Amino acid sequence: MFDTPKREAAVTKTDIKMSARNCQVFYGDNQAIKDVDVDIDDKTVTAFIGPSGCGKSTFLRCLNRMNDTIPICRVEGTITLDGEDIYDPKVDPVQLRAKVGMVFQKPNPFPKSIYDNIAYGPRIHGLARSRAELDDIVEKSLRRGALWDEVKDRLHEPGTGLSGGQQQRLCIARAVATEPEVLLMDEPCSALDPIATAQVEELIDELKQNFSVVIVTHSMQQAARVSQKTAFFHLGNLVEYGETGQIFTNPRDPRTESYITGRIG
Amino acid sequence: MTDIARNGSSAPAPARRNRSLLEVDDRTRRRNAAEARFKLMGSIAVIIGLLALVGLLTSILLNGMSSFRQTYVSLEVYLDPAKLDKDGSGNLEKIAKVTTFGYKPLIQKAMVATVAANGVDDQGLKAKKIADMISPEAPATIRDYVLANPDKIGETVRFDLLAGGRIDGYYKGRVTMETAALDRNVSPEQLRIADALRDAGVLDTRFNWAFFTAPDASDTRPEAAGLGVAILGSAYMMLVVLVLALPLGVAASIYLEEFAPQNWFTDLIEVNISNLAAVPSIVFGILGLAVFINYAGLPQSAPIVGGLVLTLMTLPTIIIATRAALKAVPPSIREAALGVGASKMQTVFHHVLPLAMPGILTGAIIGLAQALGETAPLLLIGMVAFVREYPAAPPEGLFDPASALPVQIYNWTTRGDPAFVERASGAIIVLLVFLLIMNILAIILRRRFERRW
Ligand SMILES: Nc1ncnc2c1ncn2[C@@H]1O[C@H](COP(=O)(O)OP(=O)(O)OP(=O)(O)O)[C@@H](O)[C@H]1O
Ligand SMILES: [Mg+2]
Repeated sequence: MFDTPKREAAVTKTDIKMSARNCQVFYGDNQAIKDVDVDIDDKTVTAFIGPSGCGKSTFLRCLNRMNDTIPICRVEGTITLDGEDIYDPKVDPVQLRAKVGMVFQKPNPFPKSIYDNIAYGPRIHGLARSRAELDDIVEKSLRRGALWDEVKDRLHEPGTGLSGGQQQRLCIARAVATEPEVLLMDEPCSALDPIATAQVEELIDELKQNFSVVIVTHSMQQAARVSQKTAFFHLGNLVEYGETGQIFTNPRDPRTESYITGRIG
Repeated sequence: MTDIARNGSSAPAPARRNRSLLEVDDRTRRRNAAEARFKLMGSIAVIIGLLALVGLLTSILLNGMSSFRQTYVSLEVYLDPAKLDKDGSGNLEKIAKVTTFGYKPLIQKAMVATVAANGVDDQGLKAKKIADMISPEAPATIRDYVLANPDKIGETVRFDLLAGGRIDGYYKGRVTMETAALDRNVSPEQLRIADALRDAGVLDTRFNWAFFTAPDASDTRPEAAGLGVAILGSAYMMLVVLVLALPLGVAASIYLEEFAPQNWFTDLIEVNISNLAAVPSIVFGILGLAVFINYAGLPQSAPIVGGLVLTLMTLPTIIIATRAALKAVPPSIREAALGVGASKMQTVFHHVLPLAMPGILTGAIIGLAQALGETAPLLLIGMVAFVREYPAAPPEGLFDPASALPVQIYNWTTRGDPAFVERASGAIIVLLVFLLIMNILAIILRRRFERRW
């Protein structure tokens, strides 16, 4: 509430939305992320690529403090959103997550109706003043999730009854419905067919008009298509970070080159 | 049992190739034999279990079904004002002074008259012996009626009175002419009169509602003993357990499972809860006696104390079941809720708890069923006392003395008259029916809220 003016000031000052400095993540004694420095620009799509197990999801989850739910997980270093340290003891992770939404690797709709899946976030954040407004939000979100035409006649059937790809789009729509400032997407298209993938990519493109989007993907083509910035992770290290075009055409690090040409991974 | 252990020691595997699929090799044959042996042992175990169950149920049903029927004699009793209301004032206090003893002659007269009126041979029995065919409970029945309707004094009223326990037993096969000849409580002549009265339609055996509503009765009148007070007492205790154990247990589990930090202290609590679930119930009875009765000064034999003790006993069961149900909710649901910015509390109450509900309810019902059948702790807190007064309606009634179903069963099995064996078996059937209903309820609830993720 009270920090709104300050936040707006911060936004106008810089177009760096989030930044991590010296970020280390440990699962117990295992270090999953080592010394990662990264700046995520506002109104930009940033892709995280890297071989399986290199810590992409782990780092992504640091950005909205989802790692707080894992007791053995420890995060060091600083991560800021609009210049404010999100790991500051004064920060309520619940408020943070309302601003930094997330789509998970595995589709996880609530075992409720499609409508309630979407409406849940807006309801708890008080985004709709009336039933009609809520209906609007639901429709808009489902359209953005490229799901509206498929489900408009069965909004009150359970979301778990949808196919895997539809569930994932439902989760995307659910994340969009709360109007986050940053949207974190962990392999959102791994369960989608090419048509739905294209729709989601379109959505990402549209979202970047207003938000910044961070997307983890195993598809080089996808990273190249949707992102402006790309970060390559390897064994917990951020090996290379830069303009997507530069990473894919002219990688500086030999590890990046061998990964995108298919030699490690 | 399986062949995994043999793997290491066996010689290098023979070539798999060039073998027909149509012939079974040694290894497969051994595996199949092991499987067949295991299936056989499993079926034998199941059959033994089923046989034991069938044996138990048939013996209880054979012994107990007859308690649901009771023999009554229909008598026209003249409520003689000369006996009941000597000065004719209609003063209730005076009428109340007449004890049940004063009603006996009325019954005797009515019985003799009925025998004569139906043209039944009195077998040369004295009037007192004929009157003895009626239960000693009968005067109390009439007295209660008169006290409730004093204006009926002077009229002739038709009563359905309990036949004596032995007469009743005669129609249930417990008493025969031969045993009656050796029994000083009944004679073959009385049985013959009973048969004649039965032919005349005065005496009949019908469904025994009183078994469910009447209070316990003394040793000499098993025919009047019922489960009313015990059922009420058990119901009150279940009420206490439900009201206390369910919210407490669920709240404790939610806290432990979802909110409490994981450290040595919560580990310790967890271990102790598991241990509590294994503590013999009689220990809870001693605890209840020491804490609730001796220290807190709650009354003995009261459902509130029984309910508190059973609550303590049921809590670990409910907590363990609830925690298991909460654990079974996939973490992805919690992540989804947290991911859209729900607080911990919202996550738990909007998403996790509804999904865990069937498990929680099943656990709670199983805990309640356990508590319903528990006897030992109740004996220690005095619920075994002989109680004839119905407890009042809750909440005051919770402090009135009452009995409980399992204790009533225990109580009846310790009594001498064989008619009480029948009553005890009948009570067991009632208890089993209640347990069955609760288990069916648990199954229905589980089905209804079947996992939907
Ligand atoms: N909850 C956890 N507890 C312990 N270790 C974990 C946990 N989650 C991840 N790790 C470890 O952290 C490392 C990084 O995992 P992470 O899930 O971030 O990989 P990823 O890059 O997302 O892989 P993928 O592309 O397969 O999703 C792995 O070595 C993994 O074993
Ligand atoms: Mg991952």
